[in-house]
Amino acid sequence: MHASTETLSIREAPALAKVREMVMGCMQCGTCSASCPNAFAMDYTPRQLWRLLLLGQEQEVLGSKTIYLCSSCYTCTVRCPRGLPLTEAMHALKRLAWERLPQTRSRAAFYQAFVEHIRIYGRVQESALMARYFAKSRDPRLPLSFTAAGLRLLRKGKLHVPDASHKGMLKRVVDAAMPKEGRT
Amino acid sequence: MKYAYFPGCSLMESAKEYDFSTKVVMELLDGKLRDIPDWGCCGATAVESVSRELALSLAARNLAIAEKALPGIDVLAPCSACYLNLRRVQEELPKDRELMQSVNKILSVEDLVYSGSVSVRHLLDVLENDIGYERLGAHVQRDLSNLTVAPYTGCQVLRPYRVFDDPERPQVLAKILKTMGVNVHPWGHSSRCCGASLLANHRAVGLEAVRSILEAAQGADCIVTVCPMCQMNLELYQGTLGLRIPVLYLPQLMGIAYGFSSDFMRLDENLSIPSTFLESMTPGIHAENFNNRPEGR
Ligand code: SF4
Ligand code: SF4
Repeated sequence: MHASTETLSIREAPALAKVREMVMGCMQCGTCSASCPNAFAMDYTPRQLWRLLLLGQEQEVLGSKTIYLCSSCYTCTVRCPRGLPLTEAMHALKRLAWERLPQTRSRAAFYQAFVEHIRIYGRVQESALMARYFAKSRDPRLPLSFTAAGLRLLRKGKLHVPDASHKGMLKRVVDAAMPKEGRT
Repeated sequence: MKYAYFPGCSLMESAKEYDFSTKVVMELLDGKLRDIPDWGCCGATAVESVSRELALSLAARNLAIAEKALPGIDVLAPCSACYLNLRRVQEELPKDRELMQSVNKILSVEDLVYSGSVSVRHLLDVLENDIGYERLGAHVQRDLSNLTVAPYTGCQVLRPYRVFDDPERPQVLAKILKTMGVNVHPWGHSSRCCGASLLANHRAVGLEAVRSILEAAQGADCIVTVCPMCQMNLELYQGTLGLRIPVLYLPQLMGIAYGFSSDFMRLDENLSIPSTFLESMTPGIHAENFNNRPEGR
């Protein structure tokens, strides 16, 4: 089901073209990069990312850390003088990276865990969601990095055994919206 | 005034005090909240990174239920991420017939239809525009003029849709706080992103966002926010960062101003509130008494 990472498959081409179209009007003014609170940690700034995308460098774009360091704050979107939907483009690139660059999938572990989780529970059960995320990430250091935070939450009675009363509530909608393969 | 209430998942779990204080304050202000039956997750920020159709459908499902079960009244969503997801459906679907159709096709598995008739409102919007400052101020019982508060609005309630406040220089939260009689901490961080979604995936980067906000808030007695993600992020890592400041939900502070005890407003359920701060919540005690203390519990 995965296209080669070198060429666009027929199925994926329109999706990528759509993201390109979103940023077609970019005039490289750099407002987005200057506005982005996370640009300091990105490998390409948002402005560079749009440039690469317009130059057809999909490999670079989809393989970049930048798309995962976007925290969806919409600052670039409201400031872009061309009115481009930049945050939406970031989300679309995350979806494309999942499809086209399987080797980067571990970066999307949290998002995938989230969808699987609500498909089962209907509402977010925070403790169970984190457990699922830890399992998906397969990184033994990850749960440890949450230990201190977890203990504070536990002491305040903020960690719960999952409430199963809404189990399955969203299953039909999730399954109707997403073909099985997309869910992994 | 009646509202179809959408608490969202966080308000049922880690942010129960936000749910409770919202209900207390709204009741006092004659706002009647009716639960949307069988509401489900709105998709948060995560689902859009997996499937846009699913994200829109999850949010639209809740609006479709509200339209059917509680017709003719606005939806009230206190959580900023829920608000944005529900609002996006209201903003985007009616102007894109194809998208509307595909979402409704998905919803048809539950015999639901989203028609676009319902309006989605955030708590700040309702307080400012439906209740109004005059009535907000009329209930104030306690003198909080010794308290300086940093108003933290966050990002998703303001952006990308400009609905009731400036997306970059928000005023409404500060205005409500002033109406409660507190001083407003002057800062430029009210709409700066707290990095919420990064704290699961990219801890170090998210922590920088939290640090910059907590640093800018130093000098205030507390931060007040309207989003469960912001509140948790800003409190949970204070120890790691060595920066202490209580972070309250707006309706918790309103309840205090309205004369309820800090116990009743469940301030002890927040993670970051030293007992000295709680003790100070009686009239006449100076703000300095609980400022810059180490963790009090
Ligand atoms: S702000 Fe808009 S026009 Fe300017 S570089 Fe960014 S995307 Fe391009
Ligand atoms: S939405 Fe993403 S890319 Fe845009 S400013 Fe915020 S973090 Fe940066």
